[in-house]
Amino acid sequence: MSMRIFVSRDAGAVAVGADEVALALEQAAAKRGIAIEIVRTGSRGMYWLEPLVEVATPQGRIAFGPVTETDVPSLLDALASNTPHLLRLGATDEIPWLKRQTRLTFARCGVIDPRSLEDYRAHGGYKGFERALSLGPDAILNEVTASGLRGRGGAGFPTGIKWKTVAQAKADRKFIVCNADEGDSGTFADRMIMEGDPFLVIEGMTTAGITVGATKGYIYIRSEYPHAVEAMNAAIVAARRGGYLGDKIGGSTYSFDMEVRVGAGAYVCGEETSLLESLEGRRGIVRAKPPLPAHHGLFGKPTVINNVLSFAAIPFILAEGAKAYADFGMGRSRGTMPIQLAGNIRHGGLFETAFGVTLGELVDDIGGGTFTGRPVRAVQVGGPLGAYFPRALFDTPFDYEAFAARDGLIGHGGIVVFDDSVDMRRQARFAMEFCAVESCGKCTPCRIGSTRGVETIEKIISGERVHENLALVEDLCNTMKFGSLCALGGFTPYPVLSALKHFREDFAPIPTTLQAAE
Amino acid sequence: MTTLYEPRYEPWDEARGAEIIAEHAGQEGATLVILHALQEAFGYVPEAAIPMAAQALNLSRAEVHGVFTFYHDFRHKPAGRHVLKLCRAEACQAAGGDALAARAETKLGVSLGNTTADDRVTLEPIYCLGLCATAPSAMLDGRLIGRLDEKRLDALVAEAQR
Repeated sequence: MSMRIFVSRDAGAVAVGADEVALALEQAAAKRGIAIEIVRTGSRGMYWLEPLVEVATPQGRIAFGPVTETDVPSLLDALASNTPHLLRLGATDEIPWLKRQTRLTFARCGVIDPRSLEDYRAHGGYKGFERALSLGPDAILNEVTASGLRGRGGAGFPTGIKWKTVAQAKADRKFIVCNADEGDSGTFADRMIMEGDPFLVIEGMTTAGITVGATKGYIYIRSEYPHAVEAMNAAIVAARRGGYLGDKIGGSTYSFDMEVRVGAGAYVCGEETSLLESLEGRRGIVRAKPPLPAHHGLFGKPTVINNVLSFAAIPFILAEGAKAYADFGMGRSRGTMPIQLAGNIRHGGLFETAFGVTLGELVDDIGGGTFTGRPVRAVQVGGPLGAYFPRALFDTPFDYEAFAARDGLIGHGGIVVFDDSVDMRRQARFAMEFCAVESCGKCTPCRIGSTRGVETIEKIISGERVHENLALVEDLCNTMKFGSLCALGGFTPYPVLSALKHFREDFAPIPTTLQAAE
Repeated sequence: MTTLYEPRYEPWDEARGAEIIAEHAGQEGATLVILHALQEAFGYVPEAAIPMAAQALNLSRAEVHGVFTFYHDFRHKPAGRHVLKLCRAEACQAAGGDALAARAETKLGVSLGNTTADDRVTLEPIYCLGLCATAPSAMLDGRLIGRLDEKRLDALVAEAQR
């Protein structure tokens, strides 16, 4: 019997040499006359251990990592002779970083072959959909609502209510749109799940389709994710072939099909109305709400538009029941959140856990502090529109309301760690600059405000009338926050104001003459 | 794999352009799909193709031009032989991306967003490749590179200049 070896095909693993390792394994095995079968999976999400190599044994999978091409010969020798190897991490499931997670959405990611519908089904795939078919639309809506699932894209709107609105709308056509325009720096959960468990997204979208009466779905993936585009396209073809997309899906009376559309490098298209414009083939200009997309969405028709992770949470909720999901979490944040640890961090990756874990636990304990070994000074939570938090706020629990109460947001669950070499003036300036570049231009506070913001912060950096200009930036932020049409202009003040508030010393150093006088 | 990593483009040809446009024009909301397909074939979106796409979609030339200019991805002229994209977003900034970007600019003698005089390398910023746990990251002609450091960057630059 050949030895089954698992190597990730996730873009993050490929970027650090997973393809080369897989090739070296094949070559070295052939040379030694060892029969191996390499299965390319998604990533387990422990990126500091990538390329991770797992070997199937009667006791479960044994992990090795991080493996380089040059480690491959000795690794194969050790496997063949059943002797120890320096890179041996033990049973994958027993690795503490994985073991302490609650993987509901990411249960299969890194485990199965993402190209194989059979593998997906063998690991519980489409179990939720089958139950959904037996429940019917009303009961599905009750389950989704009772699960407490809130939009994982960042806004946190209750998914059940959104679906119900579309279900109740009368129209000749309705659409399901999956927002896979994951543009926030520090986030990669959508990419991972699309690459590592694409059928899960298809199952979630299909379930939404039968619930609200939509027969067509689009997944809008950013062009920066070519591997995810490829994986989703392959999965859609396989699902169609397997009878899970198209007419009479899964032997039911329902029809649903979907296609991938690729973005073109505009960050603002992650905003739902801008995304809809883009899908319709126009400039990604934000629409004023109301009307809501649920009433007047894609091509003017009622549309469910949800983030990848929202759709990906659905199969578990339906397979195991709303309560099984809602039992996790705190307050009004129910279930689990796939949190992404990124930037200057020792143990970066995907950590799915129930809401309620504190920021400090995530950064210091789970993330292991900085990669550079210097002290953590600031963390930006929730992407380019999220606030910078200092160590003093590390007791904040990961929860929509708790972050909002401290003038921050959890957004899409990305945490970017900075060490003490960070200059917060530059980060504040970057936030404004990013907004200026990416603004769709429809509303003035965002379009002009961000440009004036860059100029004013530059004045502060060059020491020009610092206190007056600081007041001006704060005033400008207020205008942007309350006057912008969407979250781009509306939330850019979060990183700027948090930098000003928590890291004031970077902006207005005490004049040396005063210091001397003290 | 070769198609993903080593782009080779066709020279602009009106009949071929018309064929590409016709192939996609029937889809709903086809403008971006067509622009992507044109760029994939020719390496950029030739100006002559804009009115052709407009006519096929029953849109004005200005509307298609407006879409073309809105999105960062679409090029109005071919890029250099190799395109090196450096991630400049926050996660990569936190991991030393600023210094690496400056180093690449110095090595290539162009600033981000420009092509070397010999047309060999286009150096571009990219705002997030989603490789934020193996930052800083880059993409050379579609090939992803994580955990970038000076040594790896220098090798990439040398590869791109070949």
